[in-house]
Amino acid sequence: MAYPTEYRYTKDHEWIHLQGNRARIGITDHAQAKLGDIVFVELPAVGTSVQKGDNVATVESVKAVGDVFAPAAGTVVGINGELESAPETINSAPHEGGWILELEISDPADLEDSLDAVGYESFADGE
Amino acid sequence: MSTIFDYRCSEKVGGLFPELDVPARGVEHLIDSQHLRTQPLRLPELSEPQVARHYTGLSKLNFGVDDGFYPLGSCTMKYNPKLNEAMASLSGFANLHPRSDVTRSQGALQLLFELTEFLRGIAGMADVSLQPVAGAHGELTGMFLFKKYFESRGEPNRKRILLSDTAHGTNPASAALAGFSVTEVASDEFGMIDLKALDEALDETVAGVMLTVPNTLGIFETNILEVTDKVHVAGGLCYFDGANLNSYMGKTRPGDMGADVFHYNLHKTMSTPHGGGGPGSGPIAVSGTLIDYLPLPRVCQKNGQYELDWDLPNSIGSIHSFYGNFLVAVKAFAYILQLGDEGLRAVSENAVLNANYLQERLKKTYLLPYDGLCKHEFVLSGQGIADGITTLDIAKRLIDYGVHPPTIYFPLTVREALMIEPTETESKETLDRFAEILEAVAVEAREDPQLLHDAPLNAPVRRLDQTQAAKNPVLTYPFDEKPA
Amino acid sequence: MRYIPNTSADRREMLASIGVSSIEELFADIPDLVKSRFQPLNLPARSEMEVASIVSEMADCSKSTDAVCLLGGGIYDHYVPSIVGHLLSRSEFFTAYTPYQPEISQGTLTAMFEFQTFVCELTGMEIANASMYDGATALAEAVLMAERIRKKGAVAVPRSLFSHVRRVLDTYCWATEIEIHEIGYLPDGTVDLKSLPQELSALVIQTPNALGVIEPLAGVKDTIGDALLIVSCHPLSLGLLQPPGVFDADIVVAEGQPLGLAMGYGGPLLGLFATRKEYLRQMPGRVAGRTVDVEGKTGYAMAAQTREQHIRRQRATSNICTNAALCALASTIYLASAGSAGLRQVAELNLEKAHYLADGITAIDGYELTFSGAFFNEFVVNVPGDAMAIHDRLVQAGFAVEAPDTLRSLGLENALRFAVTEKRTKDELDRLIEVLGESR
Repeated sequence: MAYPTEYRYTKDHEWIHLQGNRARIGITDHAQAKLGDIVFVELPAVGTSVQKGDNVATVESVKAVGDVFAPAAGTVVGINGELESAPETINSAPHEGGWILELEISDPADLEDSLDAVGYESFADGE
Repeated sequence: MSTIFDYRCSEKVGGLFPELDVPARGVEHLIDSQHLRTQPLRLPELSEPQVARHYTGLSKLNFGVDDGFYPLGSCTMKYNPKLNEAMASLSGFANLHPRSDVTRSQGALQLLFELTEFLRGIAGMADVSLQPVAGAHGELTGMFLFKKYFESRGEPNRKRILLSDTAHGTNPASAALAGFSVTEVASDEFGMIDLKALDEALDETVAGVMLTVPNTLGIFETNILEVTDKVHVAGGLCYFDGANLNSYMGKTRPGDMGADVFHYNLHKTMSTPHGGGGPGSGPIAVSGTLIDYLPLPRVCQKNGQYELDWDLPNSIGSIHSFYGNFLVAVKAFAYILQLGDEGLRAVSENAVLNANYLQERLKKTYLLPYDGLCKHEFVLSGQGIADGITTLDIAKRLIDYGVHPPTIYFPLTVREALMIEPTETESKETLDRFAEILEAVAVEAREDPQLLHDAPLNAPVRRLDQTQAAKNPVLTYPFDEKPA
Repeated sequence: MRYIPNTSADRREMLASIGVSSIEELFADIPDLVKSRFQPLNLPARSEMEVASIVSEMADCSKSTDAVCLLGGGIYDHYVPSIVGHLLSRSEFFTAYTPYQPEISQGTLTAMFEFQTFVCELTGMEIANASMYDGATALAEAVLMAERIRKKGAVAVPRSLFSHVRRVLDTYCWATEIEIHEIGYLPDGTVDLKSLPQELSALVIQTPNALGVIEPLAGVKDTIGDALLIVSCHPLSLGLLQPPGVFDADIVVAEGQPLGLAMGYGGPLLGLFATRKEYLRQMPGRVAGRTVDVEGKTGYAMAAQTREQHIRRQRATSNICTNAALCALASTIYLASAGSAGLRQVAELNLEKAHYLADGITAIDGYELTFSGAFFNEFVVNVPGDAMAIHDRLVQAGFAVEAPDTLRSLGLENALRFAVTEKRTKDELDRLIEVLGESR
């Protein structure tokens, strides 16, 4: 699966689609493949304020738990409620319909250590 | 698979309990109707032969140590001597009420007292509590002791527990349950605690470390004295997970390595059966530092009589209803009494010999990430056997050959891990046969990979859909869907 | 050694193939300093026959099993049907471990599923786990679970909780910094809910309580705000009594020993744990679920494993791993053998016989029931004169009765507690009444 070039990526295998200060966040194709069939997603409450690195959501397969960390400080402004009934969307469309949450980012500088698509792909391959 | 609820129920069977031999007053006269059940229970009404056949049938779908080789790493699936069962079913033990007066429980108390002495000696530590009823329960009790110790020393800031990335999952869970935060310390290229990483992690916020010796890769921490010394110098305590005691029992002791708390798994090392997942018994031994905090009550001897001592003001309190899993303790006591020093040593020597023998042979076929002397278990990797073949495939194919698969995907530091613990109760013949099977599976993996993907083929069920089970959990019998 | 099959010739061959010359070399990685500190037990090896004789002698020294048992307080002298022990001793059950490989563990897993179903039937709850260590740790874990859900840092616990359960709860709550508000009881022996604190994660109710009294559960849930209602109960009583689920309980726990387990000097026991489906992800312990295999055949596997320590490590809902699986199997076989009618019958036997004894005792001058509330198979009586002296008289006459001083933590100063099970005969009860009558 191709990694969208307009996204940023983290070494925690998350993608970030930044529009203004609003960042849509999900886990990468590489991450979903490693977890296997996803059966449950635990989402934060809208309005939760988070620090960079905080555990904001959890993605579970049958035998593994993946944490979603906030790539930047900010406030949760949106969640993908459809994942509650259809968590498998993360497997089928990790970079689109399987998005997890949206953050209003307080300091875009937090994202400076993120990778572009090419950088991430070689990072993921090397794992 | 039929459940007990699938049988055609007869009318009332009865015959288990006698008729009432006192004048009946009538339920409705004795208990106000607001308390009485309105919905009838949906328990099956079956004759005894139906029940006997059902559970005998279920038993045949299981695999136990008596059925065949069970090299489940970290679980010490050794043979369970039948004598143990006979001793635990003696009426003076089995039918003894825990609130019986101590003068009428002297035999049971004596057994607890003497087992305490045995275990104290085996660990080389100051004292023992038999109250924890499982390994994880022992860990939790140990963490409670840590907490109490630092509370009483006025060091409430010691809130962190260090543990290795190869630790059993129960270790971090127990520490967290007792209110500690967990910091993982990476292991070095030999799978041992990295002394430099340990130095960096140790500070005045550390309550202690949880160690597994030998570690879950089956490797003895050769730096163990340096590790425990560093922790003690930093003001911390050392917890030893005793899951691997079968590798050194009768030859060396955790108390001689600097342990402050050590837990036994009597259901592993001391041959008491695992029961399909319990009951176990997880006594703890402690160094002199922690004696005052041990759980209540303690069994002691006063004026030639055994007593229960409840008067220990610094104790963490009780962690089980009564005195732990007494009947499991009876089995362990019988085992130790039968073995003696010589037998205890023979157990660990043969357990280690068996493991090294298998390791030496299997490393020719399977990747052995940590090559060197092992203790009672070792960890192979399923990587590189054949393209697209996982450790899960290998494990499932082993089932077709009539052996229980090893522990898989643990420890987490080894990819595609196969953790093999043969135990001392297996013969060379069995080990050779197991090695042949694993070698044959490796050949099959290359020549007929689909066979492995499809395995098991000869088990009561094929691979189960665990995704559906997780997404739409059905955890009780769906009575309402019962066909007419 | 009897349990080691390798011969000396095998050992020599194996050492050679490893490439070492002695067993000792296999232990070369243990530091010499550690080895030098070793001391043996000075324990000789013994034959099976000698061990059997030594241990049997100890068992014979536990004389209280000869007495007529009226001890209770959470553990009871109930009848264990023969079939239970016989089926449990199938080594496929008792020499297996946790069903990590479901394809060859369908026996254990199916039994777990049946057990969970039985627990839900008894308690009136939606889901149950595959067992906890005992009733006391089940209650402690229930309180921790309620705290995870509500996070108020406090629970209300009745004074009339069994003392052994309270001790365990105290330890767990101290360690997890949950405050315990103790609530008293009314003159009829039921819990006094009038002045409950506001901010609670849970209210704990035990029924029948340690005074023997059945607690009215109707309406309790409505009075506690968003605190969870945790009910601890006697499983046999549920053959007759309304299950706590009917009263909207959030978590129900019980000591499962009455369901086919030997008293065993208090262990192994069996913790039952049931809750609402919505709390599945917060529930501690293992659970089995029904699914299908690749050919569509029904089978069972461990479910909701991501809650557990082997996956979630420090963020698991509990640290429990090894539980009380074989005891759960015992209770499953017990309930399958008794059936609904048998369970109701045994519950009635307990109830009627306990009342027969209570009637007989209170007919003696000076003896009266301490509490007026309804009771099941256990009750407390106020006695004329020194309770300890009366206790001793009963013990001399061959009865096992709890010493009155152990009831002090319940606020009972000069009283005796009697538990009567289906095993007690009219003759035994009449004799007890006679002894009490004489001791006047």
